[in-house]
Amino acid sequence: MEIDPFIFRLSIFILSIFIGYYVVWSVTPSLHTPLMSVTNAISSVIIVGAIIAGLAGSPDSIFTISNILGFLAISLAAVNIFGGFLVTQRMLQMYKKKKKDK
Amino acid sequence: MIMSANLSAIFYLVSGVLFILALRGLSSPETSRQGNFFGILGMVIAITVTFLSVGSFSTGLIYVLIFLLIGGLIGAFIAYKIPMTAMPELVAGFHSLVGLSAVFVAISAFLNPEAFNLGLPGDIKLASLIEMSIGAAVGAITFSGSIIAFLKLQGIMSGSPITFKGQHFLNALLLVSIIVLTYLLCSSQSSNFFWILVAVSFLIGFLLIIPIGGADMPVVISMLNSYSGWAAAGIGFTLENTALIITGALVGSSGAILSYIMCKGMNRSFFNVILGGFGATDQASSKGSKEQKPVKNGNAEDAAFLMKNASSVIIVPGYGMAVAQAQHALREMVDTLKKNDIKVSYAIHPVAGRMPGHMNVLLAEANVPYDEVFELEEINNDFANADVAFVIGANDVTNPAAKTDPQSPIYGMPVLDVEKCKSVLFVKRSLSPGYAGIDNDLFYKENTLMLFADAKKMTEDITKNL
Repeated sequence: MEIDPFIFRLSIFILSIFIGYYVVWSVTPSLHTPLMSVTNAISSVIIVGAIIAGLAGSPDSIFTISNILGFLAISLAAVNIFGGFLVTQRMLQMYKKKKKDK
Repeated sequence: MIMSANLSAIFYLVSGVLFILALRGLSSPETSRQGNFFGILGMVIAITVTFLSVGSFSTGLIYVLIFLLIGGLIGAFIAYKIPMTAMPELVAGFHSLVGLSAVFVAISAFLNPEAFNLGLPGDIKLASLIEMSIGAAVGAITFSGSIIAFLKLQGIMSGSPITFKGQHFLNALLLVSIIVLTYLLCSSQSSNFFWILVAVSFLIGFLLIIPIGGADMPVVISMLNSYSGWAAAGIGFTLENTALIITGALVGSSGAILSYIMCKGMNRSFFNVILGGFGATDQASSKGSKEQKPVKNGNAEDAAFLMKNASSVIIVPGYGMAVAQAQHALREMVDTLKKNDIKVSYAIHPVAGRMPGHMNVLLAEANVPYDEVFELEEINNDFANADVAFVIGANDVTNPAAKTDPQSPIYGMPVLDVEKCKSVLFVKRSLSPGYAGIDNDLFYKENTLMLFADAKKMTEDITKNL
């Protein structure tokens, strides 16, 4: 009997939870705020689904509800992607070590 | 189709791996910027591959790009303008957007399943239908929950818990109804059940967060962070997209770990926080008699004198510092102290502020080097050897009752051993208890000097007197 592809996706999912568990425990507590903003940015990879929804359909009917929801989701996710990565960048640039010349 | 399904799946895997590296980078400030770059790269790959794999560039393309640009500009604008003190609100707001876009994508897939290879309207594959329901429900809960968290953090909505009779029963009932609705949806394929499912989920998110008080926000934000991940993973299963599944799992477990760390920092169970209503009224009655106790009231000159004669000072910042935006003034004070050869370090409690790592970001913004900032376990033994503890805008996290009084609601919570210092300076606006509604014995100790003032103004005045 053939294995359902769903099982493979489930395997990826479960293994990724474990990776996430170990990777996040190694994040230094002082960077927990950037961790939240960057996880926020990467979870906006949901834009992939939004783009598929937005581009679906025939050329003469691009304004079905399904398309419009896709467009809106693209905007929302894009706010998050740009906002999330840039604000993380801004925060990380502030973390500096003590200057040695003192 | 420009790119085959197999090839694009491999690229999605690549971006998933890059996202793992992005989180890995955060293990130290030195590698963190590189990590963020990996994250951006992963995102660019994922988006490009999606365009190439859809391929049929209908007139829809132009709208896709326009909406992408609009969102991107808004996001970039916010990222540059937002003050660092507003990070908790910003993150809560961003979570709500992830939640809402998950809902939109789920609805869109439900209405037009052909575009996603999920079957025909009214005849969607069973597994896809379940995954879609999970994605939509969790997304909706994330959205409305984050909106409430945002309003509470922004101060538009009162931070005090809102509770009513039968609240937990209602929540439990609604959660059960989600499962029933999913079942009905799968057996009938009727869109009505799908709409009700989404509506009920919005309601749950709302009801789940209103009973939680303002100071429990670190847990709430982490929890919503986790939810936004699970929502993304649910959609990832629907779209059979590896990048989304990996990311969803990463973000989901990341948020869960942060919630755990925050709960541990308060010595409370996760359910205790979620069930809400902490320290609302019970303590108020017993407080009256204690108000009579004498406190030593000092001014900026006294504080400056104490610190000038100290050889080491430990600073304990809390939410009050963020409210007063005192981080820059604080760093100037510390600079002056350092010029006088006084050793200064910062002690950060895990739940100081309104989100994980909140204090660290503010101190970093004020150019405080991160190797002068210590976590609770790292620095707690140093208080005994320090001359002055300068507590600015923190309260409950210093309360010795957590160690000595088993009756105290915060008993067992890890606290900073501030009382072991030779003298303690407390910058506070009034004697009012902290969010837990409990009195802090430290205020009345022999070696404690209370400085009643706005944190920023007091810090500036001390600097002038040094």
